[in-house]
Formats: sequence, structure tokens, C-alpha cells
Amino acid sequence: MRITAEDLSWSVAGTPVVRGVGVDIAPGETVALLGPNGSGKSSLLRCLAGLRTPDAGTVRYDGESVRDWSARRIARHVAFVDQNTGADSDLRVADVVGLGRIPFRDRWRGPDATDRAVVAAALEHLGLTALAERPWKALSGGERQRAHIARALAQRPYGLLLDEPTNHLDVGHQLHLMELLAGTDQTVLVALHDLSLAARYCDRLLLLHHGRLIASGPPAAVLTAERLAEVFEVDAELTTDALGHPQVVYRGPLGAPVPAAPPAPRPAL
Amino acid sequence: MPADQNIRSGAEHLLPPALRGRALTGDTVTIPPRPGASAGSAGSAGRPGRSPAAQAVLLLLATGALAASTVAAVRVGTADVGWSGLARVLGAHLGLDVEPLPPLLDSLIWDLRLPRVLMAALVGASLAVCGVVLQAVTRNALADPYLLGVSSGASAGAVTVVVLGVGASTLGVTGGALAGALLSFGLLLALLRRTGLDSARIVLTGVVVGQLFTALTSLVLMASADADTTRAVTHWLLGSIAPARWDTVAVCAIVTPLGLVAAWLCSHALDGLAFGADTAASLGIGVRHTRMLLLVVTAVLTAVAVASVGAIGFVGLIVPHGVRFLVGPLHRVLLPYAALAGAVFLVWTDALARVAFAPREVPVGVITALLGVPLFLLVLRRRGEL
Repeated sequence: MRITAEDLSWSVAGTPVVRGVGVDIAPGETVALLGPNGSGKSSLLRCLAGLRTPDAGTVRYDGESVRDWSARRIARHVAFVDQNTGADSDLRVADVVGLGRIPFRDRWRGPDATDRAVVAAALEHLGLTALAERPWKALSGGERQRAHIARALAQRPYGLLLDEPTNHLDVGHQLHLMELLAGTDQTVLVALHDLSLAARYCDRLLLLHHGRLIASGPPAAVLTAERLAEVFEVDAELTTDALGHPQVVYRGPLGAPVPAAPPAPRPAL
Repeated sequence: MPADQNIRSGAEHLLPPALRGRALTGDTVTIPPRPGASAGSAGSAGRPGRSPAAQAVLLLLATGALAASTVAAVRVGTADVGWSGLARVLGAHLGLDVEPLPPLLDSLIWDLRLPRVLMAALVGASLAVCGVVLQAVTRNALADPYLLGVSSGASAGAVTVVVLGVGASTLGVTGGALAGALLSFGLLLALLRRTGLDSARIVLTGVVVGQLFTALTSLVLMASADADTTRAVTHWLLGSIAPARWDTVAVCAIVTPLGLVAAWLCSHALDGLAFGADTAASLGIGVRHTRMLLLVVTAVLTAVAVASVGAIGFVGLIVPHGVRFLVGPLHRVLLPYAALAGAVFLVWTDALARVAFAPREVPVGVITALLGVPLFLLVLRRRGEL
């Protein structure tokens, strides 16, 4: 499914957060949404997921404006994974993943065989089958994040919108998740902080700054030392890793004295 | 379900890339349940491993328990008529050809005891369901039906009628309480009007409204009431089912089932709200509408309950937790059991209130708290939270 937005603007309490952003994500494409804290990533994702009504501009799924779509109809097309996984809930993991079937169910009906099969497949796919009966409270942050992604997959969406899904994951699970997102047929837009991870796995990067889209294109074209200095205020160097992917090496925050010795690579912010 | 979803009926996009090609060339791919997985285990209804048939039987048993409790509890009190006497009372009033009991006994059972037991069941169900709903809507484990301030409004209304005599002839205590409850809920809605009805806002606004009406109640009591009136009002505020009569039972018997069904039809939404408004909305739930509907439903249920029998505490807090512990947190299953458990609990606590200190009657609210606290601690302990 193609997800497009034209001239999208959204503000909260009079403060513009998203300013005239246009995006066009082709079917099956995996796109990263980058930008510093407060650049409008989360808000843009929410507009595209139909969770916020933009002040101006139009969001389209396969060319059709979703402005008048019901929440349920949108939920049958795109799934959204929030960055906040906290909940003091007694739900079991299978119950949480089962929430993804709500958009397909009449309100008086319980889960049927299809629902159970889809939930089991989603659990399996995220390696959560063994935890299916585990109460939510007993999960680690990473397990919760994976359960939410399984829940999103249980929606069988055409588009997946994820807000910093790698936040609570260890490096192994981060790579696993990014492999999964890059490998799916679905149109994926994922907000990320880790620029190297984005460059490695995504077809295209979108760079937001102060609510504006300032760059869009293949990783090597978007990630330049000048841009990173301007947007993230970091002194960074673009190299190529052993596998041929663009990689960001940070020398330090902008304005800090440059160390004399060759700088040790820092972990991505 | 749109037609395009049917094409993807297999969920092939969940498969690893290696398998996906096959899914696209074949017609559909159906994913078999995991080997060894029983019908309920991968799904989300009820506790693990419980089949739909077993669940139906369980629900039937619980309903039977309520019916049995109701009948048995009618016999509990200062005067007992025995099973045959009870059958004669019921038979006589249902128009059967049986010999009626002496008028005084008949009236005691039919006009006082029976409506009282039915009222206990209806109010218990109402309060438990309101507790479940508000705990989910506010995402707050401490939420109970009185969180919205409706009970304080009812108290203020009742006190205004009893102490100041405003509308004593037209409204009566029940009418005054109902008017007060609706007034406080109106104020709550007015204060929440322009907000997104988020959880914290509902809780805070409810507390503020409740405090206002509590202060008004105290003011009226302190300023105008004599000792006897204060005692009568205190009895009412603690909650007592003794004044239940057929007319108030009839109102509850209409309102309560409607409210329960409305809440039950929002089960999926209540589940979805566990992870906040955005996640719920992304699951196709109209969050604001649902919250508003549920607030109105709980407010009306609570208002009718409090107006009929006063503010009986603790049922709406502990029954939801206890039942959630037993049947799990999914509202489709939780709500019916909470209603049944709340009804049974209040039927028996009210029976106890009748006989425990006979001939003196204890407000049932005192008994619910006395029994509720240890039960609550037990549940917390079993869950490892204490």
C-alpha cells in the first residue's frame, strides 16, 4: 500500500509541530523517519496513522484520502506501534497480541479460529510462543516491545508505522527487528534514533528538523556530515562499514574541542 | 471486512520471506494452530486452556449460584417462613392456587424481604461492573464507582431533602439523591467538556466534584440538622438496602441490565485502552466516544444505585479485583462474572447485615468493608503484590 501525504501540518495548542510535510512511501518500501527530539517524528507518524487529524494537508492510502475514514477502517489498513510500552496490566502476552484482532471483530464476538491462528503466527514470528501465557507484568522491556510488534502484525496491516521500536531492545533484537521490517511486504515507516541502523536496513530515509522535511532519499544521499551538524548538532563522519553500508561515526557534539587522538567510535544516540 | 482483506486471508505476510513466495502463488495459506495448543490457549478468551463450552458451563453455574443465593437469602432475617412458606408467598403473588400466609408474614416477605434481596443483587451487579469499567477507563487500580463524585452528589441531594426539606413532598429522599447525582455528573461533564477525556483528567475532575458535594453535604448537616436527623442521614450515607421497595427495584431492574449490556458491548474497547489512547485508537476504537459512553453508563448506574440504597462502599473496588484474579482481565469474560459476583456478594452481605446484630440492623456498607478488606488483602497476597 502506498502511503502519501501532501503539505501536512499539525499543531498543538497553537504551536506548529509538523509544518508542510510531504511524504510518498511506495508499496513495500521500508523508510526510516529521522530527526532530533522534538522534530515532529512522533506527530507525523500519528497523522499518517490517522490518530491525529492534520490542520492542513491530506493523508492518502493508495491515493484515497483517509480523512473521512473510520478509525476501524484505518486499523484494517495500518498498524501503529507506540514507543511507550508501559502498562500495569494483568493481560497475558497472547491477550495483548490478540488485541490486534479487535478491528476485525464485531463488538459482541470473541476470538474465532482465524484470530487464534493469526495470533499464534505473530507470536511465533517474533519468537514469543514460549511466553504466550506469561503475564504482561512479568516481561522485560524488550519482550514487551516485541509483543507490541506481534500485536501490530496480528492486525495483518498493509502499512506498519512504528515509533522508535528499537528503544528497549538489545542489539541482537534490534537487528532481528530491523531484518523483519526490511523483509516484509508491508509498507514500513519507522522512526529511529540510530542513524547507522536506519542506513543499513532502510530503502530510504526521511529527515525531519523543526517539523519540516529537510531531506529524503537513499541513506548515502541523506546522511552527510553537513546535515548531521546542522540537524543533530554533532560532529560526525560518514564512513562505509565492512558490509558496504553507510555508517555514522560521531566525533562528539558540535563545538566540543576535537580530540587529538583518533576518536573512539561512540554509540549512536 | 473489505474484500481486499479476504485475498490475504492467510496472513502470508507474517511468514518468513522464504515461504512467502509459495503463499503468493498458492490460493491461500492457512496457519494451523500450534501443535498441542488447545482451543483457548493461543486466543484471548478466558483463562488458558478453557474451551468455549467449558466457559458457557461455568457462566451457567455462576448464574445458578446467584439464583440460589437470591432465593436462600430471602429466608434470612428476623422472621423465617421456611421453604414451603416461601413457596406459598411466591405462589400467592404469582396468581397460583395456593393458600397464602397470614397477611403480616406475607407482607414481610413479599413487600420487604424480596425487594430487598433483589435490590441487593441489582446494586451489587451495578457497582461491580462500574468498578471494572472505571478501572479500565482511568487505568487506575484504585478506581471505584464513586470516583466520579456521583455518590457525593447523591448524598448532597438526599441531605438537602431530609434536612432542609427542599422538595420533600415531591422528590423524596430517592428523588433528591438522584437529582443530586445527576447534577454532580452534569458538572463533571461540563468540566471535562473541552478535554480529550484522558485518564488523569477524569480522575482529578471526579475528585474535585466529589469534594465539592461532600463539603456541601457537611455544611448542610452542620448548619441545620439535629442529632436524630444526622443519625438517620449517616445511616443512609453508609448505605443500607433496608428501604428497598418494589418501585425502586423496578427502576433498577430496568436500568441495570441495560447498563450492563452497554458496558459489555464495549469489552474490546476496554481491553484496548490498557495501553493508552493512541494504541486503542490505532486498533480502530473511537476512544473519546467510547470513554464518554462509558462515563455516562457508569454515572447513570451509580446514580440509580446510590439513590436507591445509599453509597455502599468497597463492592465496586474489591469485586473487580477478585474476579479479575479468577477469570483474567479480558472484559468480555470479566464483566459478566463481575456482575454475578457483585450480586452474590451484596446479597449475602446484606443478609448478614440483617441478622448479625439482630434485632439491630447494621448498614450493609459497614459489612462490605469489614468483609472486603481481608478479601482484598488475600487477593493482593495471592498475586504477590503484598
